[in-house]
Amino acid sequence: MLVLATVALLGALLSAALPLVQIDAEQSRGLVVRFLAHWARRRPRDRTAQLDEQRFKSAVEYAAFGLLAGSGLASLVAGCVTLLAGQTRVDQLPLGLPWLAWHLRLDPLAGFFLGVIGLGVFAVALYGPGYVRSFRHSGHSFATLGFCTGVFVAGMELVVLADDAFLFMIAWELMSVASYALVAFQHEHAANRRASFLYLLMAVVGAIALILAYGIVAAFASAHSFTFDALRAAPLSPTWASIAFALALIGFGMKAGLVPLHAWLPEAHPVAPSHVSALMSGVMLKVAVYGFLRFVFDILGEIQWQWGATTLLLGTVSAVLGALYAFQQNNLKRLLAYSSIENIGIVFMGFGLSMIFFAKGHGELAAIGLIAALYHVLNHAMFKTLLFLQAGTILHQTHESSLERLGGLIKRLPRTSFIMLVGCIAISGLPPLNGFVSEWLTFQTALQASALDSGILRSFVPVAAALLAFTGAVTAAAFVKAYGIGFLGAPRSRHAAHAGEPLHRGMFAGPALLAALCVLLGVLPGQVIAALGPISRTLLGNDLASAYANGWLWLTPVSSRVASYSAPLVLLACALAAWVSFRLLRTPKLAPVRDRPRWDCGFGGLDARMQYTSTAFSQPLRRVFSPLYEIDERATREDRGHALLTPAALDFELRIGDRSWRHGYLPLAHGVEGAARQIGRIQTGNIRTYIAYSFFTLLALLAMVSA
Amino acid sequence: MNWLTSIVETALFILLAPLFAGWVKWVKCLLQNRRPPPLVQPYRDLAKLFRKRPMIADTASWIFEAAPFVVFVTAVFAAGIVPFAIAHLPTAKVADLIVLVGFFALGRFFLTLAGLDLGTAFGGMGSSREMMIASLAEPAMLMAVFTLAMSAATTNLSQAIDWVLQTGLVLRPSFVFALAGLMLVGIAETGRIPVDNPATHLELTMVHEAMVLEYSGRYLALIEWANQIKLMLYGVLIANIFLPWGIAESLTPRDLALGFASIIGKLAVLGIALPISETLFAKMRVFRYQEFLGFAYLLSLLGMLSHVILEVN
Amino acid sequence: MGLMQQTIFEQAVLFLAALVVFTSFLMLAQRRLFPLVGLFAWQGLLLALTTALVAFNLHYPHLYASALMTLLIKAVLIPLMLRRWIIQLDIHREVESLVYPAYVMMAASALVLFSYYVVLPIEQLSTLASRNAIAVSFAVVLLGMLLMISRRQAVTHVVGFMSIENGLFFAAVTATSGMPMVVELGVAFDVLVAAVLFGVFFFHIRSSIDSLDVDQLNRLHEVER
Repeated sequence: MLVLATVALLGALLSAALPLVQIDAEQSRGLVVRFLAHWARRRPRDRTAQLDEQRFKSAVEYAAFGLLAGSGLASLVAGCVTLLAGQTRVDQLPLGLPWLAWHLRLDPLAGFFLGVIGLGVFAVALYGPGYVRSFRHSGHSFATLGFCTGVFVAGMELVVLADDAFLFMIAWELMSVASYALVAFQHEHAANRRASFLYLLMAVVGAIALILAYGIVAAFASAHSFTFDALRAAPLSPTWASIAFALALIGFGMKAGLVPLHAWLPEAHPVAPSHVSALMSGVMLKVAVYGFLRFVFDILGEIQWQWGATTLLLGTVSAVLGALYAFQQNNLKRLLAYSSIENIGIVFMGFGLSMIFFAKGHGELAAIGLIAALYHVLNHAMFKTLLFLQAGTILHQTHESSLERLGGLIKRLPRTSFIMLVGCIAISGLPPLNGFVSEWLTFQTALQASALDSGILRSFVPVAAALLAFTGAVTAAAFVKAYGIGFLGAPRSRHAAHAGEPLHRGMFAGPALLAALCVLLGVLPGQVIAALGPISRTLLGNDLASAYANGWLWLTPVSSRVASYSAPLVLLACALAAWVSFRLLRTPKLAPVRDRPRWDCGFGGLDARMQYTSTAFSQPLRRVFSPLYEIDERATREDRGHALLTPAALDFELRIGDRSWRHGYLPLAHGVEGAARQIGRIQTGNIRTYIAYSFFTLLALLAMVSA
Repeated sequence: MNWLTSIVETALFILLAPLFAGWVKWVKCLLQNRRPPPLVQPYRDLAKLFRKRPMIADTASWIFEAAPFVVFVTAVFAAGIVPFAIAHLPTAKVADLIVLVGFFALGRFFLTLAGLDLGTAFGGMGSSREMMIASLAEPAMLMAVFTLAMSAATTNLSQAIDWVLQTGLVLRPSFVFALAGLMLVGIAETGRIPVDNPATHLELTMVHEAMVLEYSGRYLALIEWANQIKLMLYGVLIANIFLPWGIAESLTPRDLALGFASIIGKLAVLGIALPISETLFAKMRVFRYQEFLGFAYLLSLLGMLSHVILEVN
Repeated sequence: MGLMQQTIFEQAVLFLAALVVFTSFLMLAQRRLFPLVGLFAWQGLLLALTTALVAFNLHYPHLYASALMTLLIKAVLIPLMLRRWIIQLDIHREVESLVYPAYVMMAASALVLFSYYVVLPIEQLSTLASRNAIAVSFAVVLLGMLLMISRRQAVTHVVGFMSIENGLFFAAVTATSGMPMVVELGVAFDVLVAAVLFGVFFFHIRSSIDSLDVDQLNRLHEVER
């Protein structure tokens, strides 16, 4: 299986290399033409000569995405087989440092995440060729895009496969830098440059934290080895382990977008090309989650309950704030980005619960939490990739990304709208789709809090669970807004009114595949949990065999007395009830009259501007939770004499910012600047001072050497 | 056999729901010195609506037509998993309390989408407010549910009722708080005074009615009926979880008769309490909902805290 | 399960304890003065009920006397006095604006948990095994302080202060089955005298700074700014 994983890696790298031929397009096209002519000698020469620029470009795009799809499929298969067989494979590559070859390892945990990456990459590769075509006319080269995408995917796959800290960090940085280049792809907009710089900066800070975390563990490891096996065996004192944990939480949390380390995410995800946003949100965040799991559960091992409480707290805050901010966004992709923060929060809540239970010695309850979180990882990869791809389709078809300028798309793009609806229901955590199952499992984990001996934890955990319920409700509100304003109602702009379905079939195939998976994962939770069993068995020593002990129909995480849920029966009953009521009510005599105008209070002339807007829809919660938002609202009005009902001018301006920006990041930035200025003082410009610096350094070093 | 009884019981539940709504209206009219309509008036209204030819606006999409079905089906399904007169339902195993909340959320999701579908200001306003109420009510509801679930160590409704019956009468402060919290949530979620007024069509005050303003004929009938089911569902939940005594624990005729008599009695009492509170209180401003629901959350939270602090050692 | 093993009396005491905390929460949320005083009276009533219940359960006749005293002083006399002053001072229409009531409520819930956490190590305090009741009375004390911190109105401060005393009294009743009669009498009259003194102060504050907003007292600070 490791071979297959390596093949996947090579596929991604090849797909990165391939677009480079476009850089020297003229010459390489000649080469290809000659090669094709040689290869297909029977064809008349003039037909191969017709391989004009457009078709050549398309061929390169297809080939690159084809290789990417192959890479995705290979890693999916490798991951799934490893996970289902529960086996571990180890290998070394003759690359890297002279004394440390690259160690690769594919165990169930890595296999699961490899599978998630593979699935996401495959769906995106199906979607990609249709989407990137639009960049041809805007003068962006596919060479950069394709190269970076390939490297990005290869980096993610390598992170998951890495079995030593060096390779891990190299792959991690590869992933970060490639995704930075992708965020900066449309760099002619200042906002994009700013976003990508912020992303790069925070990625660097996160990487430093990770290097320190690995360094601490390696310092305790025998012979200062950097392989994960040596790190696992390192005897850490609890204090140092806690410091390493804190650093890892910062490093991985920054990549995953945990509040308050999330500032880059809502900036960077929306500005990248949509299929890349899908990869970043749907897949890359999962790689960060993988890193956290690997480091905390596998390498550190001795989990303390305080870690769990911290993780739970950060997860809850991320979930709540992510949902609340998502609800206030008017840009569809930005809304999705904030919702990623929320979902990562839910995942970390699951981890936090699992860690608390594990540290308190309830292995089987810890397994429920871990599996709930992993399930949510899988679910989020499915529906978030789907939603970003659909947002891309809308951007592609309408050139509008603001909800305020969309509307009525359900009539113009019926298929896209339907797939989008599936994604919206799934992400809102509504039964019987997949989002609900993982949230239900998280709730069930939280409800086992009565097993804890500490009364404080026992009462905090249900509060966190109630906040999770709040998150679910706000997310549902956010996606009602996204769908209701964007797809229903009347079109709010000319572009939205004249949009049509995309022509490329891949732009349906990718999302449709994901939508089908959303339904499947929602209806067959028992199988999924059974498949996840090997992971919790290796990490916690417990799997969740009780969850599917009562047959495939039933999901019973603790026991059938405590809680049970049967998704297949729910779906069946719903379908049955809907069919019966539909049948009973379909009398041709009473067929509805369909061409009536809407109720307009007798005034007439309802138009698209009289609809509720996106800003208006989210106003109630904005007002209720105003302390949590940075709201800048200005309404000005110019009156025309005494005619109060017809003012001369009305102007309304609303800006909703992120609290953490003003209260966390800006002071930090000022602090850093101030410190830099202080340090800058040593640079006097006087040559003798510099010589003195060298002199004193030399003295100090000599003193150290002699000591 | 068991499955059959639970199907029959669900059917009965659905058929009785309009009667409960009629009873509430009847008591309310008496309290306000009006002449009450007959108890069966809701049935007549539903029958009339089912016989009428519905109108659908030209801007509607398929969501608008699908929503009433989704709303009705989720309500029916929710009714199916809540023990009505018999404690042990096999259907309670299919979906627990959390799934019940999820079903309400699903119905609401489609109803709010339908409100936005036609592109009228009314529908949007109703949807937006409904989502605000839901966001604030859902944590309070789940907190109350958790109090119960942590005491009984189960989220399965049948098992929870069993547990309450077996432990006998214990004075649990947590249950009193959870009960109060759940009642407030029920009032908010079923759109009763002081949160919403089911009897008004004044644009500034309505929430639920604004969303369904464009519906007519059988679509309206389905939504109305689903609402009546939801109202009765909250009544049955409150009655059966906190005061389950009398519910049939076996299928003997005596138990069954007692079970039905007791639940009808309890619902009748609740159906008097609700109109009394509706008569005593006035409808609130929209932005006082947060205080109302915040209070509901506080009650549920106190329930949880008193469970942890006072009831477990 | 802890609760089920206890007798119905102990359950009832715990139940009343929960209600006492609940009244404290309601006081925190109440912005008008009359209902606030009413809530205080309710708290006194609950306290008296608890005392009577403990007296009945343990057959301590002197506790009946203290229950009666609590009822008279805390549920009737002081609320009536406060009511009269409020009318005399003509502030019964004032509504205090709470800054972020949600935060106050969150802080209050956290305080309840905190008091539980603090009391947790105190094992086997009394015959009533009422560690939990002590946690509750401690919470009532803390909530009373929170009430004083979060409000400006002097009358509210007095209610907060009295509610703190209620918390201490509750602890005394439930944990040690009441204090000696002499102490209790003394405390009761202290409270009464304090209430009267507060009344005198109200009018003095009012006449000297023309308001009952305690933030106005900032002007009395020592150092000239």
